Amino acid sequence: MPKPEDFNLDHVANLARINLTEEEKARFASQLGDVLTYIAQLNEVNVEGVEPTAHAFPVVNVWAEDVPEAGLSVEDALRNAPEKRDNMFVVPKVVE
Amino acid sequence: MSQELYNRPASELSQMLARGEVSAVELMKSVAERTRQVEPRVHAFNSMDEADALAQAAASDQRRARAKATGSAVPALEGIPIGIKDVISVAGQPLTASSRMLENFVSPYDATVTGKLKAAGAICWGRLNLDEFAMGSSTENSAFGVTSNPWDLTRVPGGSSGGSAAAVAAGEAIASLGSDTGGSIRQPAALCNIVGLKPSYGRVSRYGLIAFASSLDQIGPFARSVEDAATVLEAISGHDPKDSTSLKLEVPHYARGMAELVKSGRKWKLGIPKEYFGEGLDPEVEASVQAAIGEYKKLGCEIHEVSLPHTKYAVGAYYIIATAECSSNLARFDGVRYGHRSKDAKDALDLYFKSRAEGFGPEVKRRIILGTYVLSSGYYDAYYLRAQKVRTLIRRDFLEAYKQVDAIVTPTSPTPAFKKGEKAANPLAMYLNDIYTIGVNLAGLPGISIPCGFTSSGLPIGLQIIGQPFRETELLAVARAYEERNTWRMQFPKL
Repeated sequence: MPKPEDFNLDHVANLARINLTEEEKARFASQLGDVLTYIAQLNEVNVEGVEPTAHAFPVVNVWAEDVPEAGLSVEDALRNAPEKRDNMFVVPKVVE
Repeated sequence: MSQELYNRPASELSQMLARGEVSAVELMKSVAERTRQVEPRVHAFNSMDEADALAQAAASDQRRARAKATGSAVPALEGIPIGIKDVISVAGQPLTASSRMLENFVSPYDATVTGKLKAAGAICWGRLNLDEFAMGSSTENSAFGVTSNPWDLTRVPGGSSGGSAAAVAAGEAIASLGSDTGGSIRQPAALCNIVGLKPSYGRVSRYGLIAFASSLDQIGPFARSVEDAATVLEAISGHDPKDSTSLKLEVPHYARGMAELVKSGRKWKLGIPKEYFGEGLDPEVEASVQAAIGEYKKLGCEIHEVSLPHTKYAVGAYYIIATAECSSNLARFDGVRYGHRSKDAKDALDLYFKSRAEGFGPEVKRRIILGTYVLSSGYYDAYYLRAQKVRTLIRRDFLEAYKQVDAIVTPTSPTPAFKKGEKAANPLAMYLNDIYTIGVNLAGLPGISIPCGFTSSGLPIGLQIIGQPFRETELLAVARAYEERNTWRMQFPKL
């Protein structure tokens, strides 16, 4: 397992798309350091040959009949939009 | 005080409603009046819509009158006010997850459980407070204020479903719904002297529940008695084509099946896992739990010591798996289609960074970051994959124990309710509070917490019973066998 000190908070916050203040960075680095140190005890467990569990009761190939049914109306779908215009979500300009 | 309508169990109120001794409107008024009185001190609700609840109650009275006139059956929860955790959709009502991110969000549709409660006649009452996005064990992580424990207002009600637990304990709802990812129903139930049930994973649809960790989340009831919990569970259970992880299994008649099993006087084989009675367990909690085990012995139950050897790794595995899933689930909050949008974003990327920085509180940010890290390139195998393998071993421990016993009995929480602020600055200490409840989620098992006494200073203590997969009827019967021998649930906080 990697060492807790490998943890690069700036890199991970960038991946998670969250801006952090300097104060948050200092606090989170120390708190998450504790958590990672604690988690490192999983290294003691012999997991050789053990299959991973993603779901306690895995169900596979769940099929549904391909039958159209009414979804949300445009009005309902846009009701919670922070900004909308002409039945569309408004976003900042992405191409110059 | 127990004579007041708002403090009675749903089973008793259903009978009073059926006999015409009280109307649904009168019951709802009693609950709303009580809520007005105590809510300034308890703060269990993020919001409530009394006019809407009274309209639902009036409609319930009309349905009952029609059913009476035509001789048709009245559904199980007709006229019963049930509070809903503010992470479960109720069409037309706010859905905040106790987060600034969703401060102004209004649900466009009902969650499947909400629709089922309505179909069972229940009145959906209020939006109950929680730790932001259900991440926490104290309800202190809510963006809209901390809920107080009705038994001691200086202490937390537990979490994350703290509002759901406090509302039922304080007489502000007759029952409620919560969600349980690592103990978020059972732990607050224990800390507030009520019953809280987490069903087997896949028993109840998650459609319309804001996702935290999808392989662990499950919706379940808070109630004043095991019977009430059974009735609500029956109403909300079942396969749902809108949740592909809900299982196609018949829904048993839980309340009836449970009562029959209790009446039969079945002698249960109960397992006591030695790993749950070690360091960190409060002596008063331990004494109460041992006394409860003593009651089972008096009933003729066989008590076996069992071992769940991977227990000490459950919290570590959980905080890898749960945060990984949360980082993925919460990626949808980007400030574009719904939720908070930063006012001063330069471009699309900046919009994500700023909206998420402004909208999420500290614990949510910490968990998203931890989850992003354990899934990131170069770390996935070491953290996430290893945690999933440890999850297999934890699950095997339980299944191994069930070769020997019918159910497992443990404390729900290592301590009674702690003081507000006591663990707020130390996330790891807060995580360790979930040590007895987390394994159940990792293994997908059903678990219940029921009242089992009080500390010398009057704080509630909970007993956890863990059942076999999809054997909720047996689990409820084990719980009821103890419950009918004591009066803990008939004690109410002085507010």
